Amino acid sequence: MTDPMSRPLTLFDKIWNAHAILTREDGTALLWIDRHLVHEGSFHAFDIIARDGRGVRRPDLTFGVADHYVPSTTGPIGDAEAAGLVAGIEANAARHGFDLMGPGDPRQGIVHVVGPEQGITLPGLTLVCGDSHTSTHGAFGALAFGIGASEVAHVLATQTLWQRKPSALRVGVDGALGAHVAAKDLILAIIAAIGASGAVGHVIEYAGSAIRALSMDGRMTLCNMSIEAGGRAGLVAPDDTTFAYVEGRPRAPKGADFVTAVAAWRRLPSDAGAVFDREVTLDAAAIAPTVTWGNTLDTALAVTGRVPDPDAAHDAPARGRIAAQIAYMGLTPNAALDGIPVDRVFIGSCTNGRIEDLRAAAAVLRGRRATVPGLVVAGSVPVQRAAEAEGLDRVFTDAGLRWGEPGCSMCTGMNGDTVAPGERCASTSNRNFVGRQGPGSRTHLMSPAMAAAAAVAGAITDVRRFAP
Amino acid sequence: MTPFTALRAPAAVLDRANIDTDQIIPARFLRKPRGPGYNQFLFHDVRAAESGFPLGPSDNPAILIAGANFGCGSSREGAVYALADAGVRCVIAPSFGDIFAANAAKNGLLTIVLTPAEIGALIEAVRQGAELSVDLPREHVRPDNGTAIRFAIDAFRKTCLVEGLDDIGLTLAHAGEIAAFEARDRAARAWAAPGSPPTLNSRS
Ligand code: SF4
Repeated sequence: MTDPMSRPLTLFDKIWNAHAILTREDGTALLWIDRHLVHEGSFHAFDIIARDGRGVRRPDLTFGVADHYVPSTTGPIGDAEAAGLVAGIEANAARHGFDLMGPGDPRQGIVHVVGPEQGITLPGLTLVCGDSHTSTHGAFGALAFGIGASEVAHVLATQTLWQRKPSALRVGVDGALGAHVAAKDLILAIIAAIGASGAVGHVIEYAGSAIRALSMDGRMTLCNMSIEAGGRAGLVAPDDTTFAYVEGRPRAPKGADFVTAVAAWRRLPSDAGAVFDREVTLDAAAIAPTVTWGNTLDTALAVTGRVPDPDAAHDAPARGRIAAQIAYMGLTPNAALDGIPVDRVFIGSCTNGRIEDLRAAAAVLRGRRATVPGLVVAGSVPVQRAAEAEGLDRVFTDAGLRWGEPGCSMCTGMNGDTVAPGERCASTSNRNFVGRQGPGSRTHLMSPAMAAAAAVAGAITDVRRFAP
Repeated sequence: MTPFTALRAPAAVLDRANIDTDQIIPARFLRKPRGPGYNQFLFHDVRAAESGFPLGPSDNPAILIAGANFGCGSSREGAVYALADAGVRCVIAPSFGDIFAANAAKNGLLTIVLTPAEIGALIEAVRQGAELSVDLPREHVRPDNGTAIRFAIDAFRKTCLVEGLDDIGLTLAHAGEIAAFEARDRAARAWAAPGSPPTLNSRS
């Protein structure tokens, strides 16, 4: 792919070029979509194609899960509307003939955990889903992004999508992360550096030695939150870490096909000299355990920091923004973040519901007691089973936390697991928006180890104090 | 889809950055079937918390002027349904969440990106009682008695909006090219076909 006569290409260019069926004069391209993930919340899209009398063009490239509305308790879904949505995706899977990983299926889980786990997500593919955290799958070097219901209907009917090519942003992170500093801290620090809308209209490629050193679970945490900087997608170049993860996954290529695939995947990384529209660099060693204090992701600060003082803001709009967030969050200007009491803890979600996340939380909780209630929810049934095989579930329950059934759970509370009005939650999820975990809920985002430490302390605390 | 051509209307001003789609429509309403009526969910919890919020479930100005990164966050198209059902036809902001902007175009809701200075001038005019004229074919917006401000929009998105086109129908006009790509690609990237589903033991 590095033809000396041609311009060096980015990973993003290569995937884009391989999928553009045609490009209009205004630059909008019709892209072929290799994988389409749907969930029970995708019902509007199925209703649109049903209304128009259309079918699913490639059911073999369509994969369904139930995640947003499934309860974290065992047994049938008590809520009739939620049960209806799950029955709806089951009916659509039967009608259109695609594979559904629904309740009771040993593969069930959050769509962004299941795709990689089952080998549905592969390097070099285009992958879309009616969910903004589809950027997660970019950890494999796949171009993956979230779309709305009308676009889901378009992909169901045509297996294609019209897209204008976004710009390319390279985020380079070199150096080594410190002890107890995780991929979550890294992405929070990146968003704090570039802003909550800093990557709007861009596809982000994460590169540098700190990124190379991340495991696949860590890369997924990183790419997952690309959307929180406004990014259209996040990408990490595939390498041996990627191939080792993919090999042997149920839906991944096998035998000679795998060898051919790896040869193709090795040509994907950005060429030397490839040009990005923008570049940002960070020093990994400078990143501390990080938490958000407000209702936008750019309020991420080192845990050693303080709630800002609106009076110190540079202009009136900033003053107003800070004051409104402090009021909603029930905080005091200049208060140390370390020590802010929390009412509960949530460990899970498509950001931090994988096995390494649960191990990191368990390492802090082992032999300790939580002083506030908390819920730990694995991202999928395979993660749940792996955690139980390692005895992690016992670590959580012995600490006094609840071990829930896999799904989205308290990340958005669509299944009824909500944070009560005015309650403060230390959460490993991805959004701290007003009301995100339930009306009036107050969310502080942090890593699994930091959330576990908060459970023990009953307050936001620096996990480095709990170092085993 | 209702075609969008030109519009003269009063504007509501919501001059705050990072209005996310969770605020525009809280998650618990997303389970509701489509049909008119998403307007009642529009900014449901924000309206409950703030008296004097500039938008309500009905009788809204057709134009909304908002802060940067409007519609960031969740991909929920319900945010667009709620605005559209509540009578909003056009949102003007310094930037939008990419997914929100795409969803808006599919539902006849025009999103216009202007600079903060241009938006400041529009807000000033609106505060003095001006209505705004939005002309999509000519790509400009003008306050009463003011000068026209040009905006840019993708040609394809504009055509779909102006003509109220269903883009699945438009795409299927390229069925031959899609099928040819599919056949070529299947041969070139055999590895990209998903392996067969695993044999499953049901969950204990
Ligand atoms: S875990 Fe949260 S962010 Fe992830 S898909 Fe589920 S609801 Fe969305």
